[in-house]
Amino acid sequence: MKITKQTYKKYVKMRAPSSPLGKDMAWAFLTGGLICAFAEVLYHFYLYLKIEEDTVKILVPITLVFLASLATGIGIFDDLAKIAGAGTLVPITGFSNAVIAPPLDDKSEGLVMGVGAKMFTIAGPVIVYGTISSVIYGVIYWLVGVIT
Amino acid sequence: MSLKILKSPPSVIGYAAVVGRREHEGPLSDDFDLHDMTEKFGTDTWEKAESEMQRLAMNLAMAKAKINGGDLDAIFAGDLMNQCVGSSYGAECFGRPFFGLYGACSTFAEGSILSSLLIGNGTFSKCGVIASSHFCTAERQFRYPLEYGGQRAPTAQRTATAAGAFVLAEKGEGPFVREVLPGTIVDMGITDINNMGAAMAPAAYDTLKKYFEETGKAPDDFDLILTGDLGKEGHAIVSDFMKSAGYNMNGVYNDCGLMLYNAQIQDMHAGGSGCGCSASVIAGHIMKRFEKGYIHDILYVATGALMSPASIQQGRSIPGIAHLVRICDSRSKE
Repeated sequence: MKITKQTYKKYVKMRAPSSPLGKDMAWAFLTGGLICAFAEVLYHFYLYLKIEEDTVKILVPITLVFLASLATGIGIFDDLAKIAGAGTLVPITGFSNAVIAPPLDDKSEGLVMGVGAKMFTIAGPVIVYGTISSVIYGVIYWLVGVIT
Repeated sequence: MSLKILKSPPSVIGYAAVVGRREHEGPLSDDFDLHDMTEKFGTDTWEKAESEMQRLAMNLAMAKAKINGGDLDAIFAGDLMNQCVGSSYGAECFGRPFFGLYGACSTFAEGSILSSLLIGNGTFSKCGVIASSHFCTAERQFRYPLEYGGQRAPTAQRTATAAGAFVLAEKGEGPFVREVLPGTIVDMGITDINNMGAAMAPAAYDTLKKYFEETGKAPDDFDLILTGDLGKEGHAIVSDFMKSAGYNMNGVYNDCGLMLYNAQIQDMHAGGSGCGCSASVIAGHIMKRFEKGYIHDILYVATGALMSPASIQQGRSIPGIAHLVRICDSRSKE
């Protein structure tokens, strides 16, 4: 029986079970929504404490980043994310987890090459392309301002 | 002829398997010699833990064979870690001639083939074979950090935390390594690291077909044909391909990756993988079944996906390999 690479690839793709998209999306919608609702609660709670609105806008993401890092550190974030999927990945919680998870593994390689260097193996590209995109956006924003 | 028939088949005189938590919680639990629920095996890093598993497995196998480390002519060992360090540190304490192997998940068969050939032709009289993998060392090298919050594809396999060891000798009561068929690299263009079963299945098919063509035997002639570790996808593909080639594998064919875990209950997706997967299933479960007389003649076809993290990132396809070892409880029965 001879089979070409192309045919084999098609055969493999056809028979491989796909991820349960409906279930995954429902969970992502629910958990992602819950995280955002919780952030909204935080926002009003900080305002209630008579903190200035500008400061609150910084405090809310900081709190979420802290909680996600803590959950990563005590080893429950990955268990949650297994169910939540994009629900925990898309909000700032996912970014926090991506920064904290690698150094937890690599701390055995020391503070510099382990923790320091590996902290950005996953988050690094996000920071690089995020910064570049913000510069491009800034230029467009400036140009639109000049024209109008 | 790819098949090598051993004129004086070496005997497996000692065997042992050491596993982690999930493997201990799996269906083969009773057949493993040792487990550690923390998976650290008394060490402070995962890498040291993997080497310790190798050392423990080899020590237990030698104890069962009633020999000392000094009796071994050579040790063949392999793992998944960069530069094969798991084995270098694991076998260091035995102070014997050492061969570090890389055959990915096929390493245990690779070591068994090399030592069988060298014992069979009289070069060595006793050899040790070890293979190991640790979920926590492999995962961060090949995929994501352990605590990273991601979802796994249904076709993904889990790297087993396990080590298996054999002591092979020219004299002994068996079981015996009667025939070996070293595999060739087969690459069918699969690039998905989350579907290694599909990447390795063509290699297993290639090796099995060669074996049956060269010997004229049929799958029914064996008590068990065991691939290691194609998982759910690979197992189904091999069954399918073999059927098309006229070999009915129904009822005699299983896969180490499917046996190690209860995939449904333990949420293991397509099953187990890693050097330790088939090593622990063979050196634990299968050898105990030989001992009890439940099986007499088997084909062990260990499969390996020979990629590296860099080759995957560069988009290259995954080369597969499958080494065949026939294990039999008698030296001469046909």
